[in-house]
Amino acid sequence: MLNIENLTKIFGANTAVDNVSIKVDKPMMIGVIGASGAGKSTMLRMLNRLEDASSGRIVFDGQDVTGLQGADKRRWQADCAMIFQQFNLVPRMDVVSNVLHGTLNKRSTAATLFNLYPTSDIHRALDILERLGIAGHAAKRAEALSGGQQQRVAIARAVMQNPKIVLADEPIASLDPMNAQIVMDDLRRLHDEDGRLVIANLHTLDTARRYCDRVIGMRHGRVVFDGTPDQLTTGAARDIYGADASFSEAATSTSIEALNTQRPAAVPA
Amino acid sequence: MADLTADAPIADIRTHYLEMTRRRRTYSAIMLAVFVALMVAGFRTADDRNAGGFFDGMHRLFDFPAEVLGEAGQKLAEMPAHFVTFLPSLIETINIAGASTLLGAMAAIVLSLLSTRGLARWPRLIPLFRRLMDITRAIPEIVIALILIFILGGGPVPAMIAISLHTVGALGKLFSEVNENASLKPVEGLQSVGASWSQRMILGVLPQVMPNFLSYALLRFEVNIRASAILGFVGAGGIGYELKNAMSWGKGQYDEAAAIFILLFATIVIVDQLSSEVRHRLTHGAKLKEATQ
Repeated sequence: MLNIENLTKIFGANTAVDNVSIKVDKPMMIGVIGASGAGKSTMLRMLNRLEDASSGRIVFDGQDVTGLQGADKRRWQADCAMIFQQFNLVPRMDVVSNVLHGTLNKRSTAATLFNLYPTSDIHRALDILERLGIAGHAAKRAEALSGGQQQRVAIARAVMQNPKIVLADEPIASLDPMNAQIVMDDLRRLHDEDGRLVIANLHTLDTARRYCDRVIGMRHGRVVFDGTPDQLTTGAARDIYGADASFSEAATSTSIEALNTQRPAAVPA
Repeated sequence: MADLTADAPIADIRTHYLEMTRRRRTYSAIMLAVFVALMVAGFRTADDRNAGGFFDGMHRLFDFPAEVLGEAGQKLAEMPAHFVTFLPSLIETINIAGASTLLGAMAAIVLSLLSTRGLARWPRLIPLFRRLMDITRAIPEIVIALILIFILGGGPVPAMIAISLHTVGALGKLFSEVNENASLKPVEGLQSVGASWSQRMILGVLPQVMPNFLSYALLRFEVNIRASAILGFVGAGGIGYELKNAMSWGKGQYDEAAAIFILLFATIVIVDQLSSEVRHRLTHGAKLKEATQ
């Protein structure tokens, strides 16, 4: 369904994404891991067309989306929801309005100016918020919510788009472990319950192993690992991050369960 | 949890939110109606008081520009000579604008720092400095210029003082808004090593706000060129004086008026281009830096 062919992005003298080819046949949850600056974000941003590719193609369901312009491009962006690390909500608007922004592609400028959304859309937005367990905050301003709640509002906005793909760029990097788990569970539900393709950039290996069906590792803009979570051994992880033998996952893990595995190791030291 | 609404049943939330949406829509509709009513009423009042009438005079709107352009077109060959003739007075006008922008901006930096909450040297005196800027902003520069011309006699100095005073007020207000958004962390860091107020401002605040200051000052420079041209009308010298002569002598001099307009327009374009280039360099770093990377 999604076919990325030789995708490359060059910024001046730097090659951020270098000849990446990825083929996805059916909806699943994909985790992209790699060090900072490995090109994960740039790749997702190119998929959403926030960034233009330097060369290569992105084909979705037989449609080449790399060269779309104007209204066609915006229609693709509506089909391809994006979730950001810093949530990227409109802080001064209430939660439901932020979720309703997911339908902007179908709204005219005049309707947007006067904040006129169909009542059925408002009901749907509230349904989605209820499903994500934050309907109680519906009338509050987005800026009044905690980070975890804001990220769930962002997920609600993505669901409101009724997208074919959900992209998540480091969705839990600004969250505490408890909220990170809730947000990852929600993203997993988007795949399990709605059957959507979810691609998430992650910076913790245990999250990728636990939630994803397929893991892609990137280093210096290239794909260096592509396999199932079981194949992602500590050795493979060292290759992805370019780390030596002193690299230990547990040392920086943010998972709550990791506390149990960490403690015995900490005592002898 | 102190927040009771978060636990309310979904049906209640739903009706509550839809009610809120309806209320908001009613408010927007009322606002829109009031806005339209005000516009129509205001326009009609203005049109009634007008000697001629808006719609009667509308078709004559372009008569004067057409006359000026027509005459300028006939005497196209004399244009380059006019440009050379008026260049000295244009330079005088730009000089007045440049000097008053510089003086005004320097005073505005000090006043803006003194009137920004969190940065002010004497927090209790903030209202005083604010009102001071309000006053300089409120008095039209042409009034100050006329008084000064009466006292000091005609020439560029009264114009410069008048424009400087207005610039202090206008820029001070904009600068202090920029200051409000500056991070206080470097200021606190400098305070912790025992730096004085002026040291904290020079090293902690100014580097953060300078690009914005400069961009506002350059915009003010453009405005001041136009202001100093207008002050020429009341005897402050510069290109405004020439423009007044060319226009008030009526037919036969319109080619000179057209030449002056072209010179003013070209000056504004050049200043605008230069300032956007400088601003770009300040905010995004010099191009040299990128090349060496």
